[in-house]
Amino acid sequence: MDVGQMQRQWIDYTKPLFFEGFLDGQFLQLQQLQDENNPDFVVEVVSLFFEDSERLLKDLTFALDQNVVDFKKVDAHVHQLKGSSSSIGAQRVKNACIAFRNFCEEQNTDACLRCLQQVKQEYCLVKNKLETLFRIEQQIVAAGGSIPTELSFSG
Amino acid sequence: MAAPSSSNWVMESAHDVPHVLAVDDNLIDRKLVEKLLRNSSCKVTTAENGPRALELLGLTSGGQNSMNGRSKVNLVITDYCMPGMTGYELLKKIKESSVMKEVPVVIMSSENIPTRINKCLEEGAQMFILKPLKQSDVKKLTCQLMN
Repeated sequence: MDVGQMQRQWIDYTKPLFFEGFLDGQFLQLQQLQDENNPDFVVEVVSLFFEDSERLLKDLTFALDQNVVDFKKVDAHVHQLKGSSSSIGAQRVKNACIAFRNFCEEQNTDACLRCLQQVKQEYCLVKNKLETLFRIEQQIVAAGGSIPTELSFSG
Repeated sequence: MAAPSSSNWVMESAHDVPHVLAVDDNLIDRKLVEKLLRNSSCKVTTAENGPRALELLGLTSGGQNSMNGRSKVNLVITDYCMPGMTGYELLKKIKESSVMKEVPVVIMSSENIPTRINKCLEEGAQMFILKPLKQSDVKKLTCQLMN
């Protein structure tokens, strides 16, 4: 594949991520912050998000597994995850967290467990998609090309 | 929105770069706000909680200014929801201090709650920004700071 084809592959892979709601405008904000001085900014922030999220999901699993569930603690973890997913533009994870918080307030363990499953699922999906996207980007850069900076949604 | 008090907003010379203290318990948000501020030509120090922020501002009972007095903070931007000391409580402590009360404090929150916003503005917050933070939010803020 030549650079042009790889760049088109990048565009074809990225657009559906927005249309399907995996990512929102905040992700574009992150991409705009990336420049020659910080060429790996998006990967760095998203990697932090992966690490942080995995820790939070573990903590949530543990908290909901207790005989007496501390819903304040559960809510605090979900709040963190909602915040970071929102900040990187992981829209579906964020929305799953919003629903989760409602059930924390109701102190409904079963519903919370279902929400946790939902959040884990959305997290796995977006993680896979972003990792694939980063692989495509690495290939473009390795081939001497640059990552497209404009995504026109009119096409 | 509260009008800025002019004294501490005037940069001492054209070469001064605003020094911002950014406070947030969320690691990803700290990284993002730091980058946004750096992109707007600010020097940035981050803190992960209120007590640490107070320490850096020299407002703890020890009285030591950890930034040795030469890197004066021109703006504090803090998250509202933090465990322990909230952003609101941090705002109050700053406004109660004789040394730091003129420093503008901006509150960030992911939740758009009018009573929360009003409470912060009444306590002297410069501005209330909704998260997630965007480049345009930070540009607006730093433009105000430089004028």
